Amino acid sequence: MSTQKTFEEPSYLEYKGKYKGIFSWILSTDHKRIALLYLFSLMTFFIVGATLGLLMKLELIAPGKTIITAQTYNAFFTLHGIIMIFAVVIPGLPAVFGNFLLPIMIGAKDVAFPRLNLLSWYFYVIGVSLVLISQFTGQGPPDTGWTFYAPYSFRTTGNMLPAVFGAFVLGFSSILTGLNFLVTIHRMRAPGMTWMKMPLFPWTLYATGWVQLLATPIIGITLLMIIAERTLHIGFFDPTLGGDPILYQHLFWTYSHPAVYIMILPAMGAISEIIPAFCHKTIFGYKFIVASSIAIAFVGYFIWGHHMFTSGMSGTALYTFSLLTFIVAIPSAVKVFNWISTMHKASIDLQTPFFWAVGFLFVFMIGGFSGLILGALAANIHLHNTHFVVAHFHFIVFGGTGYAFFGAMHYWYPKITGKMYDSRWANTGLIIFFLGFITLYGEMFFLGMRGMPRRYYDYDEIFHTGNIFSSLGAIVMYFGLAVIIINLIASLKNGIKAPSDPWGGKTLEWTIPSPPPVENFDEIPVITKGPYNYK
Amino acid sequence: MKTDENEKHHIIPYRTFLYVLAILILLTLTSVTLTQISLGAFTVAAALIIAGIKSTFVLAIFMHLKFENKMFSRAVCGVILLLAAVITITLLDYLNR
Repeated sequence: MSTQKTFEEPSYLEYKGKYKGIFSWILSTDHKRIALLYLFSLMTFFIVGATLGLLMKLELIAPGKTIITAQTYNAFFTLHGIIMIFAVVIPGLPAVFGNFLLPIMIGAKDVAFPRLNLLSWYFYVIGVSLVLISQFTGQGPPDTGWTFYAPYSFRTTGNMLPAVFGAFVLGFSSILTGLNFLVTIHRMRAPGMTWMKMPLFPWTLYATGWVQLLATPIIGITLLMIIAERTLHIGFFDPTLGGDPILYQHLFWTYSHPAVYIMILPAMGAISEIIPAFCHKTIFGYKFIVASSIAIAFVGYFIWGHHMFTSGMSGTALYTFSLLTFIVAIPSAVKVFNWISTMHKASIDLQTPFFWAVGFLFVFMIGGFSGLILGALAANIHLHNTHFVVAHFHFIVFGGTGYAFFGAMHYWYPKITGKMYDSRWANTGLIIFFLGFITLYGEMFFLGMRGMPRRYYDYDEIFHTGNIFSSLGAIVMYFGLAVIIINLIASLKNGIKAPSDPWGGKTLEWTIPSPPPVENFDEIPVITKGPYNYK
Repeated sequence: MKTDENEKHHIIPYRTFLYVLAILILLTLTSVTLTQISLGAFTVAAALIIAGIKSTFVLAIFMHLKFENKMFSRAVCGVILLLAAVITITLLDYLNR
């Protein structure tokens, strides 16, 4: 790749543009500043969502009422789900690290449509605001869970419309980001960067972009149909009006299952960057990893029905969805084997991002295997809507996307901020977080197998011991999160200056200063070699 | 990668737009007329076929797909196939209950 050059431009953090103060951020069309806007808002919503989760676990520490009422509990799990899914994990890696790094990693000065990029962030903030408004207006907060299942979602007296419309607006943000990334990757790669010379993180953003563009409109239309049903009484899903509630589930999951891949594919991309950088070794099976990303995005479209095994679908549909669910495990496994093969016989530099990557592999595998258990029709009948599903989901989504997000944060932090963080505190936070995570969600597998339902405010005495462990795990995990976040914030002030390439990475972002100049490159680099050119 | 200088901008004569408009109106009238005739199980199929033909005209002429790089046509065909696959899988449920 290109060599280090002298850069005359100021960094994007020092640049004095047209506007001053907060306006230099909220009116900026620089992809790096927009990425930080996303990071700040996303972390704020994440802390809100995590706090709601902690309060729910504290409620469940003992049977009966502990700290909140049943109605508040219902509102909390709904808001926790909507915030964490639509405002944190779906935009998560693409909006923050994709925005910041995609143009740099492909040798471009910005994304294809910078203004559209800023508009996406505004849609994001408006969407989340609408969801939050729904909590404090109307006849009480929504209590349907994040899935808005019909027919309850149009019969409840909860304030559904702002929440549903908020999710609809958030969908626009996702579509515009996906479109922007697709065009950027097609049109703005540096000279010489052929498809097979593109780093793996942009490749996963490319696969994700197609899912965002093609799947998100389905949920948009479905949410509008709920609004039409509630306000105009058009019978889409209500049997009394001639509608079909299972149609809602089909439409909802036709988007929401691919959405899991919007969450996990960029996470896999980040892990594919971290592992070779700390193994100082070319990634094993580059082309297979690329192909598996595309395969996951493609097959991921056709497996939504595994969320509906107990809904009353036909037997033919059940077998088909079960089979397809097992098939999607193959490309995911290909990635895992390739990451492990990359580590084989490598001189591994044991730094914080690498620990996050290994943690990701561990929890992602547990999440993946428990997904196969749920994909088996007979087992699903027993485990459906139990804590087993909650455990599986959090191992995949929080364990997968969350670990990769924090891994990416620690990997690219020096590049983004120009500062190094305190590794000792970072590792301490990670260990505490990991122990809390396993205790919190691991226990849920056992609770679920014994029959404890999800979304219940109260439970039988036989589940008490398991819930005590799980709730204590939540407290430990929350504490670990606090250590991690405080360390990163404190390092902004106290951290030593970061060099341009602190980890010995080979992709383009490590060839420019930390933090990057406004337009990333003085001269657009010419690419002659693959992205992981380690000797 | 292709640069902007290599791309041609195709100009379609107004007459072509008017022909397409006439075809679209004709097909809309056909669609409305067909609702008056009972076609049984083929009612929806007939409506979808006419809508498909209309969409093809709009995509090819009004949206310039006919004159653009073939990659765009392939992308649109891919999306339509994906939608067809999603609908087919959904029908595995509805037709076999």
